[in-house]
This record gives sequence, structure tokens and C-alpha cells, in this order.
Amino acid sequence: MSCQEKHHILEISNLSVSFRQYDRGTNQINLPVITNLNVSVHDGEIVAVVGSSGSGKSLLAHAILGILPYNASLAGEIYFNQELLTEERKKQVRGKEIALVPQSVNYLDPLMKVGLQVRNGDKSPGVMERMKALFRKYHLEQETENLYPFECSGGMSRRILLSTALMGNPRLIIADEPTPGMELSLAKKAMEDFRQFADEGNGVLLITHDIELALEVADRIVVFYAGTTVEEALVSDFESLEKLRHPYTKALWRAMPRNGFETIPGSQPYVKELPEGCVFGPRCPLFSEECEGEIPERVVRCGTVRCIKCEEDHSHHHHGREEAHTHAGS
Amino acid sequence: MNQRKKTLVIFVGAVLFLVVVTVAGVFCYDAARVTDFSRKNLSPCGQYLFGTDWMGRDMLTRTLTGLSMSILIGMCAASISAIIAFVLGVMAAVLGNKVDSVISFLIDMIMGIPHILLLILISYALGKGFKGVMLGVALTHWPSLARVIRGEVLQLKNSQYIQVAYRLGHSKMKVAMKHMVPHLLPQFIVGLILTFPHAILHEASITFLGFGLSAEQPAIGIILSESMKYLITGKWWLAVLPGIMLVLTVVLFDVAGGSLRKILDPSSAHN
Amino acid sequence: MLEAKNLVFSYTKEGKPVVDHVSFQVAPEERVGMLAPSGFGKTTLMKLVGGYMLPDEGEVLVDGKPLPEKGYCPVQMIWQHPEKSVNPRLKMREVLAEGDQIEDRIIEGLGIEEDWKNRYPQELSGGELQRFCIARALGKGTRYLIADEISTMLDLITQGQIWNFLIRETTERKIGMLIVSHSQELLDYVCTSQVDLTL
Repeated sequence: MSCQEKHHILEISNLSVSFRQYDRGTNQINLPVITNLNVSVHDGEIVAVVGSSGSGKSLLAHAILGILPYNASLAGEIYFNQELLTEERKKQVRGKEIALVPQSVNYLDPLMKVGLQVRNGDKSPGVMERMKALFRKYHLEQETENLYPFECSGGMSRRILLSTALMGNPRLIIADEPTPGMELSLAKKAMEDFRQFADEGNGVLLITHDIELALEVADRIVVFYAGTTVEEALVSDFESLEKLRHPYTKALWRAMPRNGFETIPGSQPYVKELPEGCVFGPRCPLFSEECEGEIPERVVRCGTVRCIKCEEDHSHHHHGREEAHTHAGS
Repeated sequence: MNQRKKTLVIFVGAVLFLVVVTVAGVFCYDAARVTDFSRKNLSPCGQYLFGTDWMGRDMLTRTLTGLSMSILIGMCAASISAIIAFVLGVMAAVLGNKVDSVISFLIDMIMGIPHILLLILISYALGKGFKGVMLGVALTHWPSLARVIRGEVLQLKNSQYIQVAYRLGHSKMKVAMKHMVPHLLPQFIVGLILTFPHAILHEASITFLGFGLSAEQPAIGIILSESMKYLITGKWWLAVLPGIMLVLTVVLFDVAGGSLRKILDPSSAHN
Repeated sequence: MLEAKNLVFSYTKEGKPVVDHVSFQVAPEERVGMLAPSGFGKTTLMKLVGGYMLPDEGEVLVDGKPLPEKGYCPVQMIWQHPEKSVNPRLKMREVLAEGDQIEDRIIEGLGIEEDWKNRYPQELSGGELQRFCIARALGKGTRYLIADEISTMLDLITQGQIWNFLIRETTERKIGMLIVSHSQELLDYVCTSQVDLTL
């Protein structure tokens, strides 16, 4: 299977994040915000995790970087460059080998000159040189260094944030909604810099609610629904309905304005009322009793799907399931 | 037991202790004034837990009475103070820029003068005693709470859901009752409880300094100032035990207010 | 007819106006899309039209009359972030009751389930919450509806459900709509006409 043999920069298997929270009164409950999530990022790829806002997908970034709040608990494994990311290791790599590009340009310190922020206060010649190189690469003038954030346009600020992330020479960038509220054409332009970074053999994990943008800029799409990943698909799979695997993805496709705005009833369940078995079950046209059991993740046509009804491709009919497990541990 | 249950237990415990002290003090009022020279200057023992003083008065009943007087005066004064804070805070937030700057100036000014100085001044001008202390404490303790209330109301006024409610045709009164009061009330109550310990301490302080309650009352400030004379002769219990009780009372009020805040604060859901 | 006439607004006295001489009209059968780049002040403009702020110059008229200062505003606005538009201390049933006699037809049409009404806002997903905000804005007295990026944060299926419902409902009741969205595809599908504010 050629599609599975690429080098994995990031590999997340069966990640679950839950929050301990007070209900009413003094009762404590556990809110499972993310359950059994699987994502992998390969060399040279932009992988987009697409889900609606408030669905907890930002916590994915926090889990990878080890910056979850203290009342959260984490299960499952995260591998970075084939190496298990422990909380200890997360501290070592974050900001260096794994960098975060935050959602808003408000993350820049308004009272500090841009150059100082990008270099994190370091004035050594090597660091200076690296910053200058990054500024050249991302079309920022050298004078930008001496500006304050309010003197920079939105586009400049975004490139400054990206340069800051790139100072540690990362292998992986996690971008959490890097283009909020931007029109598609502008957002695409902003994403060109990420493309350039990925093309150098690095990985980008793009977390977004905007599937139209994701389809324009990413290589693979991971569909996030009710706290879990239901499908990992190539962008080219979205060209036609037949290539998609999960009934939710298909419903999503039909609901795109360009495909006729056709919808199905119901809504994403709240994390406290997740159904048994398949999270999409209650809204699924293919629903049957087996769907209330455990739903394993399967590899189908170079992508993965969490649906027992999805028809497998004949070429890897026999070892589809094993494949999903072995490559998670490799 | 989780954090919220613990907090609740601490809160109930603190409140219970304070209620017991206050009620016990009220009932001890007469006993606290009985002099009996056959039992003077006894150090703490089984029968007289806090010992007795040079006139043979039981220090336990005196301490309880003093504390309960301080608590009652403190609570009354703090409540008046909180009402002033509420009214001025809401006025500053609602009545426009000019009123706001006047009230904000007043807040800054009173906060700028040391509490104790202003307190002594007001109490002295009103002829000391119960009235002087009460008004003195009431008139000096409102600014910080007023500032909090003003900020909250300002923020609420501009919050989206209240703006939406106005556009849905709800009157100012309805918005105030339905949206603002339920939000402000918990903060107000916590603020009020946290003002108690200040009020109690300040009452005791000015009474100690001689600008508060009159000397024949068994007030905690009087007890402490009188015992000063006897400390040097080794009668440590006259000052130490009432002092510890005063500190305990103040700390417990603070604990009660703090834990109530924790319970009422919606963002504490995550702790 | 909803008319915006030469609206001017700036947040500071000396500063450059955020909204600078903007005029447009919306008829009861129309769904008008507003086109402008980000940072143009579209949300500010919508707040002026919705009566949330008063313009420095110009006026907003409904059938030739200015917006009422008190009472139910015939122009209702639905916001981008539903979690900010509802009081976190009220149950959803009470949130619905804030509106002007919301009909059951609307609640059903938006797919609001009976059980959701007994919950607090924190116990609903963004999509569920936005349905309540839309229902609340569709009271009896509503003549015009402003939708400012109302489906940006939702998944496409929820977006589709909401817009299909809104198109049906507003057509039936002859409610005019003003729509702001950064998605051109959505505007093309939903709107009967589009206004380029930069012209």
C-alpha cells in the first residue's frame, strides 16, 4: 500500500481528552470532549482537521503541546517522529520542533517591537541571521523588526506569527484557525506560506471549521464529528460523492453550497449525550443494530473511516483492520 | 470528597462558629459584667477557661460578649456600607458620564485617605460611642465594593445578551430584574461578607484607641486596651486569648466569604 | 421597505469614520447580501441598522419611520456568537420566552428538541444554541432580519438546515433579510441580490 508508507511526522492514535467538571450542585461529572481520535501527518503534508467550532477540536492542539488545563485528563498515544511524546518530551519539543501558530494576531505583545518578539529576546548573531532569513523568505521587509504590532497590517502580523513559530526550526506546525473570518481568496493567500513550509518536507496540522478553505489548501482532510474523527480522506476524494467513505462526510458534501445545499435533519450531539456505538448513528440513513456496538477504525482506499457499513476496497480487504493498528504503533 | 463539597463544608463550619459566638455573646452580656473579688486574677483553668481579670470578671464571657458586639456592629456597619456601595456603583454605571466621574472621584478620594484616620475623624465628630463607630465604619468601607459593582454593571450593560433583550422590547426594569440582579446579587453578597472582617477589625481598633465604644462596655477593643496594663505583671491570658479569638473571628469571616465566592463563581465549575 | 440613508459612524470623535456614507434599501421579499472586505465595518453597519447604536449622521427607516427607541424593534439581528447572545443563567425555555410570541412552527422548523429547552446554554452545542437565537429573533413583530455571519462557526449541515429554514420562513412571512457572510458561495445560494459596499 503505497499510501501508507510515507514517513509519519505526527501520529495520534486513540486520543481521548475529558474534563472533570461540576454539574449542578456539588456533583462532578466527566465530560468526554474528544474520544478515540486518530490523526497522522506525513512529510510534506498539510492535514486539515475540520469540525464545527466549540466542538473541542482546539483541544487537540493543546493535547499535542501538553498545555491542557489541569482538570483535563488525557488517554491514548501521540508519536512525534516515531517517538512517543510523553508530557516531559512535549515540554522539550514545543516551541522548537513543534510550533503553534495561534488563531489571532492579538497574540502579539502590543508593547514590544516585532523583532524582539520573533527572537524571543535573543540577540545572538545566529538568531539575528535566522530571523533575517525568515523575513526575506516570507516577504517581510527588514525594517519590520523595529515596528510595533499596531504598525503592521493583518497580513504582516500573520507572517510575523508564522516567522516566530519558525524560529525554532520546527518539523511540525500546528495552526489553530489561522485565518478567522477571512474571505476564501484572502485565506488562501495567507495559507500559501504554510504550503511553502510543508513543501520543504515538513508537516502542518491545520485545525479549522472552514471545510471550503481546507479543500483548497490541504492535502488530506480529517473529519471531526462529536469529539471523534470519523474519516481521513484525501482532498481529491471530495471531488465526488462515491470516493468519500463515511455517511457524515457524504452528508457534509451534499450540504456544501456548490453541491446543492441539501441537508439531513438532526444536529451534532452534545458530549454529555453521546449515543452508544457510532456517534452519527441516530442521523445515519444506513443505521442498523450493529452500529450500536463498537466501531473500529478501518483503512479504506488510502484513507480511514469509522463506519462498519462502508464498503472496503478489494485490494486490502483482508488486512484493513490490522493495518490501522500496526501503522499506529510503527 | 471533591473541591466543591469541601468548600461547602468549610463555609458551613465557619458560619456556624460565628453564629455560635454571636449568640453566646448576647446571652453572656450580664455575666460578663459581674465582678467577684474572691476569684480575681485567676489564670486559665477548668472552671474559667480564659481566666479572670483584676476585678474577678470571667474573661471567657467578656471575650464572647466583646466579640459578639463587634460582630453585630461590624455586620450592621458593613451592611450600610454595602448598600451605599450598591447605590453609588449602580448610579455611576447607569446615570452617564458626569455622575460617573463624580462618583469615581469620590471613590478614589476615600480610598486615598487611610481608613483608620477617616474613621477616627468621623467617630470623634459624631461623639464616639455606638453611633460614632457604626457610622464611621459604614462611611469608610464602601469604595472598593462600589468600584466592583460599577465595573460589573458597566460590563453587563454592554453585554450582547442585554443589548439583545432591549431590542426585543424589554423595559429597563425588566432587564434589570431578569438579567442584572441575578448576576449582581451573588457578587454583592460575597462582597458584603468580605467587608465584615474589615469592619470588625476597624471597630476593635478605634475602640482600642479610645475613639469608639465607651469604657464600661465589654467590647473587645476595651478588653485589649485595659489588659495592656496587666501584661507586664505576667497576666498574659488577659490579652492573648481575647486577641486570638478576635483574629480567629476575622479569619473565619474571610474564609466564609472566600468559600462562598468559590461556590457561586460559575467558572469554578472546572476546579 | 428598510432604508439606510447616508449612515456615518465613528467610534472616536476625531477618528476616521468606520461607516462612511452608506446607503441601501431592503424590500420585504428580498434577501440582500452585503459584500465588503474584512475590516470594512460590516458588523458596525449592521449594529446601526439593527438599532444597537445610533449613527452620527443619516438615518435608518422602516416604511419611512425611524426605528423605535423603546419597545420591540422590527429589525432584529442574529449574531455570530450565539453563546454571547444568551444569558448564561437562564434556561433555554426562558431564552425563547424573551422573544415576541415564538410560534411552535418555528421551533419545530429549526429542529429544536423539547429536551433542549430545559437545559442551560453551557449544555448545548454552538449549532443548537444558534437555533434558539434564530427562533428568538423571529417573533411576531419582526419585519426585517439581520444575519451577521450566523453560520460561520457551524458545520455545513447545520448551516444548510438553518438557511433552508430561514429562506422558507422569511419568504412566507415577507420578512426582508440583510446577510453578511465571508462565503461567496453561501451568498450566491441564499441571496436574491447583493450590494457591494465598497462602490
